[in-house]
Amino acid sequence: MLLRLFAITCKEVRQLARDRLTFGMIVGIPLMQILLFGYAINFDVRDLDAAVVDEARTSHSRALIADLQATGVIVLRPPSPGLPDLRRRMESGEISVGIVIPHDFERRRLGNDRAVAQILVNGSEPMIDAVARGLASVPLPVRAGDYKSRTPVFEVRTEYNPERRTAVQIVPALIGVILNMTMVIFTAAAIVRERERGNLELLIATPIRSWELMAGKLIPYVLIGLIQTTLILTVGARIFDVPINGSLLDLYLAAALFIAATLTLGLVISTFARTQFQAFQLSFLTLLPSILLSGFMFPFDGMPPLARMIAQALPLTHFVEMIRAILLRGAPLAAMQVPAMKLGAFLVIALAIATLRFHKRLD
Amino acid sequence: MNAVPQQIAPPGEVAHAIRARGLTRRFGHVTAVDGIDLDIPRARIYGFLGPNGSGKSTTIRMLCGLLQPSAGTVDVLGHEMPRDAEQLRTRLGYMTQKFSLWDDLTVSENLQFMGQVFGLPAQRRRARVAVVVQEFDLASLFKQRAGTLSGGQRQRLALAAATLHEPELLLLDEPTSAVDPQSRRDFWESLFDLVARGVTILVSTHYMDEAERCHELAILASGRIVAQGPPQQLMSEIPAAVVEVEAADTVAARRALVQDESVLSVAQLGTRLHVLIDPATPEPENRVLQRLRAASVAAQSTLVRASLEDVFVAATGFGRAAGARPQD
Repeated sequence: MLLRLFAITCKEVRQLARDRLTFGMIVGIPLMQILLFGYAINFDVRDLDAAVVDEARTSHSRALIADLQATGVIVLRPPSPGLPDLRRRMESGEISVGIVIPHDFERRRLGNDRAVAQILVNGSEPMIDAVARGLASVPLPVRAGDYKSRTPVFEVRTEYNPERRTAVQIVPALIGVILNMTMVIFTAAAIVRERERGNLELLIATPIRSWELMAGKLIPYVLIGLIQTTLILTVGARIFDVPINGSLLDLYLAAALFIAATLTLGLVISTFARTQFQAFQLSFLTLLPSILLSGFMFPFDGMPPLARMIAQALPLTHFVEMIRAILLRGAPLAAMQVPAMKLGAFLVIALAIATLRFHKRLD
Repeated sequence: MNAVPQQIAPPGEVAHAIRARGLTRRFGHVTAVDGIDLDIPRARIYGFLGPNGSGKSTTIRMLCGLLQPSAGTVDVLGHEMPRDAEQLRTRLGYMTQKFSLWDDLTVSENLQFMGQVFGLPAQRRRARVAVVVQEFDLASLFKQRAGTLSGGQRQRLALAAATLHEPELLLLDEPTSAVDPQSRRDFWESLFDLVARGVTILVSTHYMDEAERCHELAILASGRIVAQGPPQQLMSEIPAAVVEVEAADTVAARRALVQDESVLSVAQLGTRLHVLIDPATPEPENRVLQRLRAASVAAQSTLVRASLEDVFVAATGFGRAAGARPQD
């Protein structure tokens, strides 16, 4: 019994080692992704192109413009003569932010009933809107360099990520995204490939049991998943200074549970797909909702109820929750029982579906 | 898990290796196998002869438990299939139509792997691998990847893998379809060696010369067995007289002959015509000559022994009848 399991595992490892491209992907995909996400995805938006229409031309209006520029969020391009020109420049994509200071700026400033100035934002791009709203809260100068001491109601402190760096939010969850991507595709393809090439017909005519065949094929990928986890963690810590506050053992246990869950998802897909191409398509079908709904990029709590229900059925949602807690907040695994149990439930249900659907027969 | 299931009957007591009754398999609206009865004796080579799509592969897959029959019963080595399929796995050897060992593993790795999967203990596995490597002349290819082997070499490897665990029954699905004539002859030598050791072999083919080598034969067409028996018997009991015609103008001769209602089929072999005639016709060779003389075609004719191809043509409805018959 163990002999057959071992035989399948050995064969898989041997084939993997000889498949240079796949072997390269095991290391290549995580490396490429973490560098891509780490550098390109940046929610700390800076240096947005902006232009000003200053119809007031007072010392105060110039002081306001200087304050806005000093935030570093915008870079001022040459000023516009009027609103139509500003809109045209935004339309052409030259600027993302427009600042309009009306000619009655001084009167508005002294009165308290109307906004003193207007910020126009290119809402067709993500994130910029939120940035502009931040800009709008810049306090009004009484005179250049001097501010009415308007004490803010709240002081905001960002715990676990005081510098508010995107990498810290992204990298832990990225472990999940990358594992999700590679594990599902690799297992689905590994089984469907044998079906496509006719190997499976030979295998099911041998005394091998379904579970031996499946488990034997999954074991090498669990190891690969743990190697990928290590790789992303190392790069994350070295290049992007992502803290590792929790216990490494807890982290690897959580990762192993998640890997097992995604592998069984791959198994389920393999029982539906007839060709490797179909397996890839089905894998991507599960990948996109995982990335969008898991809380990896967008806060889970802000989603409509239906999206949250779908997200509950995705293993990535629960893993993102666990890994952020362990890695950033230093939470012990014991405090993560609810997401861990949900992952476990997914594993059991998916395994049951895969086993029920996989027969040692061709029909 | 490794315990040998209690055998319902020891090998010697079951007269037949395979017995099937009314075996049927439908795929949607298509009936691939339609009510087949089989009695395959032990230690014999039993052949399935038929064109592509006649149901050979589907029947073999049902016999080794890979497909569930839509109707009918199958008894293999005294066990009911597909119910006891798992118990029988170690006693059956199956060679798929397409080469299905692993291209990226070497000959040695493939054999080791199959030995492990069949649960052979290390010592026996080593011994058996050594035996089949010698038997199927694989020693020089031992470290070569299966993907780089020629058609004949692959087929030797596949048969070596299928016989590694010393099965009592071998099911071979068109094993020689991608193999050169010399390799085919060597392959059949190996099959007779296996039969001499008491192995039962079921082999499907669409080659007449291979079918002729079998102890017994079933001719399949459109999912039915249309003729069954030893090849010699099938050839001598063919329901037609066979006349060979030598004519200068074969085209004219052919045109003249197909108009005769007693002529069942005409096939051309080089400058000769092979004519199947209604067996009730007296002196068929003269009948042919008269017909040709009437059409002023110069020709000679002789009554000859039927070949297996004639049997096949007769069994499948003499070509023109088969063409007119709707697909069933």
